[in-house]
Amino acid sequence: MNDYIGVTVICVGVVFDLFGCIGLVRLPDVYNRLQAATKCVSLGTCGIMFGTFLMEGFSALGVKALVAIPLIFVTAPTAAHALARGAHISGVSLWKKSVCDEYEKEGKQVGRGKPVI
Amino acid sequence: MNFDHLLLGFVTALVALCFLCLYRGWRGPTVADRMVAIDILGILVVGVCPLWAIYTRRGFLIDIALAWVLLSFIGTLALAKYLGGQQFDE
Repeated sequence: MNDYIGVTVICVGVVFDLFGCIGLVRLPDVYNRLQAATKCVSLGTCGIMFGTFLMEGFSALGVKALVAIPLIFVTAPTAAHALARGAHISGVSLWKKSVCDEYEKEGKQVGRGKPVI
Repeated sequence: MNFDHLLLGFVTALVALCFLCLYRGWRGPTVADRMVAIDILGILVVGVCPLWAIYTRRGFLIDIALAWVLLSFIGTLALAKYLGGQQFDE
């Protein structure tokens, strides 16, 4: 029974990964891509890990997969936040239909020059 | 019930998604796009590892996944700080 539930959770995780990668390819600028890709892909990979734990039980593989879940949930948003901040400081412009730029309103960002291509 | 074919299908799908990430890394107009693509590629490979470990019954592959999460995090953080105009030791 656990095998069926585990495969279902893994399938949901793979579908989330698919949506994240479609967002990474199709969305218009780097901030939109970062948001779609990071949220969907970290949740999808955590789904795969949890499905692995359900399929394997409390073996070495299952417990290590369970340990990997909080690791991904802590590291992926941190890296995405640092990337968005670095991209904004280095001068990557927003999409022309974007409506809100809080970093620009704060005016505390330094070193805005030409974008690094 | 044997799930081998299903797991092989999942691994194939994730590898195909890795090629989508590589496409974005190839076409990305700025450096930030390429860095996002490589970060997401790392997380996808971390998703491949436990599936391949179940399929081949080799438990050490999940250790590769754990190490890959941490190394990808450190690398992305260092490159993001460099992109923001800071040095690596600030």
